[in-house]
Amino acid sequence: MTPRRRRMALVLGIVGGVSIAGALALSAFRQNVTFFFDPTQVVTGEVPAGERFRLGGMVTQGSLHRAPGSLEVRFVVTDFSHDVPVSYTGVLPDLFREGAGVVAHGHMRPDGTFVADEVLAKHDEKYMPPAVARSLKRRHGQSRADATAAPTPGAPAPRAPPSSAGT
Amino acid sequence: MKQFFEMGGYAAFVWPAYAVTLAAIVLNIVWARRALARSREEARRRLAMRGEGP
Amino acid sequence: MTWTWFHRLGSPPYVYALAARLTPWFAWPAALLIVGGLWGGLVLAPPDYQQGDGFRIIYVHAPSAWMSLMVYTTMAVAAAVGLIWRIKVAHAVAASCAPIGASFTFAALVTGALWGEPMWGTYWEWDPRLTSELILLFLYLGYMGLRAGLEDTQRSDRASAVLAVVGVVNVPIIHYSVTWWNSLHQAPSVMRLAKPTMAASMLVPLLMMLLGFTLFFGAVLLVRLRGEVLSRERSASWIREIVNA
Repeated sequence: MTPRRRRMALVLGIVGGVSIAGALALSAFRQNVTFFFDPTQVVTGEVPAGERFRLGGMVTQGSLHRAPGSLEVRFVVTDFSHDVPVSYTGVLPDLFREGAGVVAHGHMRPDGTFVADEVLAKHDEKYMPPAVARSLKRRHGQSRADATAAPTPGAPAPRAPPSSAGT
Repeated sequence: MKQFFEMGGYAAFVWPAYAVTLAAIVLNIVWARRALARSREEARRRLAMRGEGP
Repeated sequence: MTWTWFHRLGSPPYVYALAARLTPWFAWPAALLIVGGLWGGLVLAPPDYQQGDGFRIIYVHAPSAWMSLMVYTTMAVAAAVGLIWRIKVAHAVAASCAPIGASFTFAALVTGALWGEPMWGTYWEWDPRLTSELILLFLYLGYMGLRAGLEDTQRSDRASAVLAVVGVVNVPIIHYSVTWWNSLHQAPSVMRLAKPTMAASMLVPLLMMLLGFTLFFGAVLLVRLRGEVLSRERSASWIREIVNA
């Protein structure tokens, strides 16, 4: 083939090769690359035992309790398939809400409670003025305007039968 | 007015963010113009060295 | 038809003159759109129901992030064209892109951190999107470093072009990271096939900023390109005319 066509093949080959190498590397290291595990993965034992990890999901509506006389809070993280109770002592972020996303960093206690030393609020990609949010709430009777929409990809989704894929 | 400057309490985050981005914009303009001026100067010098200048 | 145009773009004096003529057509609309977008985003748009006025960072963060990806893609395509067709002007385009892209990648990371602290509760996490965006910055810096480090223009063109092409794989990774993996960063609000998840009053200034930044890139690229093209020309009488103008 002409030199130019050979160079084109080389360039495409480089891009293709790096893509495949990258995909293989990322899938092989998935366990280490995983930023957070969802409750189903925790309950089915996919999380490496004894290590600190991040738990991500939604805060179950009505699950937030503050132990009287202490800074400890308890709430439940869910992916609408499994739940994990969480205990956290500290200040919650501004945007922490029941019914909203959360990513907690900590470890599992033997009794099945996740003890978090860091809690981050994860918010969705929807932006709207307060008036719109209020009218959505009125129409659907939910405390979060987008709770009626299908959970967004990247946020924990209602689980189909457990698959081996990450998200 | 006050609400504008205080950004609902988030001023400490919003205004530095805008400042950094504005700096990126200004820097790009200055940087690019300076690079062009430098290239022109170099070209002038190269031509002068070869005796092909004005 | 198209091939004459394409071949003319390979001619340095033609490109130099064209770039000079086109620059104002990018610069002035860019300025208007950015000023208009800033007014719309900072003053006219209502506060967000969740984040209040803090969400207004989106008007500088999202365009910066968009720039970081769009400029890299442009750079990689130009580098590939330079490698395949051996066109010097293409390498000049790629070289012009790098500092622009690097500066906006930096801006995206910093504005993102400033947004993350009040909304997530942290300036930084090693989540897939943030990490891959940081890698993008290193790719830009690596490209610029390679160019600076290699004396011979042809070698530095080729080596840096290979790096640019190799690194382009990172661009879809950055964009899709929030859907492929569990991440802290939320899914796209605008760059998606479905409807945007944003009220119109908030969306319009954002679109103005995105377009304005894009045109700004065009203007800066054209200025830098002229410098790059000049610095690659050893002889040629056309230089004499330019320099004496």
